[in-house]
Amino acid sequence: MAELDKVTEEILEKIDSTGFKQEGAFNLRYNGYSLCHGNTSHVTIKRKEDKQGMDVYISGEAKGEEIHIPVVVTKSGVTDEVYNDFYIEEGADVTIIAGCGMHNSGCNDSRHDGIHTFHVGKKANVRYEEKHYGQGEGTGARILNPVTKIIMDESSVFTLDSVQIEGVDSTKRKTEVIMGADAKLFVMEKLMTHDSQEAVSDMDVYLNGEGSSAQIISRSVAKGSSVQIFHPKAIGDAPCHAHIQCDSIIMDQARVCSIPEIDAKHIDAAIVHEAAIGRINNEQLIKLNTFGLTGEEAEAIIIENFLN
Amino acid sequence: MLEVKNLVFRPLDNGVEKSIIDDISFRVEDGEMIVITGPNGGGKSTMAKLLMGIEKPDGGEILFDGTDITEYSITDRAKAGIGFAFQQPPRFKGMTVKRFLSLAAGKELPENVCCDLLSGVGLCAKEYLNREVDNTLSGGEMKRLEIASVLAREHKLFIFDEPEAGIDLWSFSMLVKQFEQLHQTKKESLILISHQERIIEMADKVMVIKNGKISAFGPKDEVLPGLMCSEKGCGCKHK
Repeated sequence: MAELDKVTEEILEKIDSTGFKQEGAFNLRYNGYSLCHGNTSHVTIKRKEDKQGMDVYISGEAKGEEIHIPVVVTKSGVTDEVYNDFYIEEGADVTIIAGCGMHNSGCNDSRHDGIHTFHVGKKANVRYEEKHYGQGEGTGARILNPVTKIIMDESSVFTLDSVQIEGVDSTKRKTEVIMGADAKLFVMEKLMTHDSQEAVSDMDVYLNGEGSSAQIISRSVAKGSSVQIFHPKAIGDAPCHAHIQCDSIIMDQARVCSIPEIDAKHIDAAIVHEAAIGRINNEQLIKLNTFGLTGEEAEAIIIENFLN
Repeated sequence: MLEVKNLVFRPLDNGVEKSIIDDISFRVEDGEMIVITGPNGGGKSTMAKLLMGIEKPDGGEILFDGTDITEYSITDRAKAGIGFAFQQPPRFKGMTVKRFLSLAAGKELPENVCCDLLSGVGLCAKEYLNREVDNTLSGGEMKRLEIASVLAREHKLFIFDEPEAGIDLWSFSMLVKQFEQLHQTKKESLILISHQERIIEMADKVMVIKNGKISAFGPKDEVLPGLMCSEKGCGCKHK
């Protein structure tokens, strides 16, 4: 079992809410290399030969299994580009807990680009949790640019739960989903930015299969002078259903730009979008004041629940 | 005991001072139930907001158990023991009913306590505890939850601003029972703003606020007959 230092353990606690253990199927990527990994009888993790990253093979026998693949960067000035491919067989039912935590105490930028591709087999059910977090007193930026591609076979279900809580100076997220017949996609994206951070999220969802459906919910809070840009797009090329909802709280001198886009190429494609940006409602603050909470406490509770 | 002395509220309306509350004084004794009624736009809700600190008066004093709370914030008034139910309660995205009630109580509430609070206002706990306090709840459900939230904590004084508004008949009966129970224990003082006869009938005293002034205040037996006959065109044969 690999020895982990205190900072790494702290970061793992932040990005893996279920608790990272060096047990079952796992891989811990640490400062640009795989520090430790484990397989199970249903999950095989293989290091890529031609580039950085891994291939993860999940058999259809895997039922209710968790796969933990956190990334920790504690060195200043590290640039890490990683290609991870997931092959999920027909009927598998798994939760993949990814996430990247950075501690940058130096003056050089640290950057991690995780390029993930998921091949989701028929009737497979995948829950993918991804938490991004940054800390460290250094002046070097903490940069995360994840690219996620999801190819969904017939009747598969994919839940993408992505959270960026704090400390990431710049993120450019690209997500592409290609959906087969009766496939179901659930996306929940939660984001909080502060100071002068920037976050851009582009998401293209192609509903190509008859009966496919997608629900994309984005909730964000922008504080300080941070900037957020969301551009989720649903393209319906079959009888399908999609719902995009972007909701943001804007504070201080922040900027939030929300551009939900819907594109129907079939007469039976039913696609809806909603977007709302607004400050914390004064009536909400007053209501919580009447519970005996101060203004600061009330604000924190409103944000916490909004991103819950 | 609550004592209001010469309360004045004159906000600027397009640069012109407008008198909303005009030199109002009254007392609410411990355990007493007062219903404030009167025509719409007369200043009732503003009066309630001034008592809770949501609006700041331009003159006068508010004493609560002998302490001058005129300059107290909403938070401080809540801590001093005043509870307030809004006429149009706000919604909270992402907050569950259970969390909302726990915040209202100031501590994590066990399910059985939440259940009692919700059933007291005609909501089924099983259905509602994990629902969000957002726009998936109807106006009537929000109102009932609002009342449950105020009852979640012990207060010395409850202020309810038109608790009956937007509530269906069946829930209204439950609500009346709640107020009756509260009133019977005589532990807390109650100020209710209401137009409902059934609620007015429960009061120890009735106050009529019209054009920012108290036009009548006293035991319900004295105020009620006048209230029924005072409006022009009410059709009262005993005028």
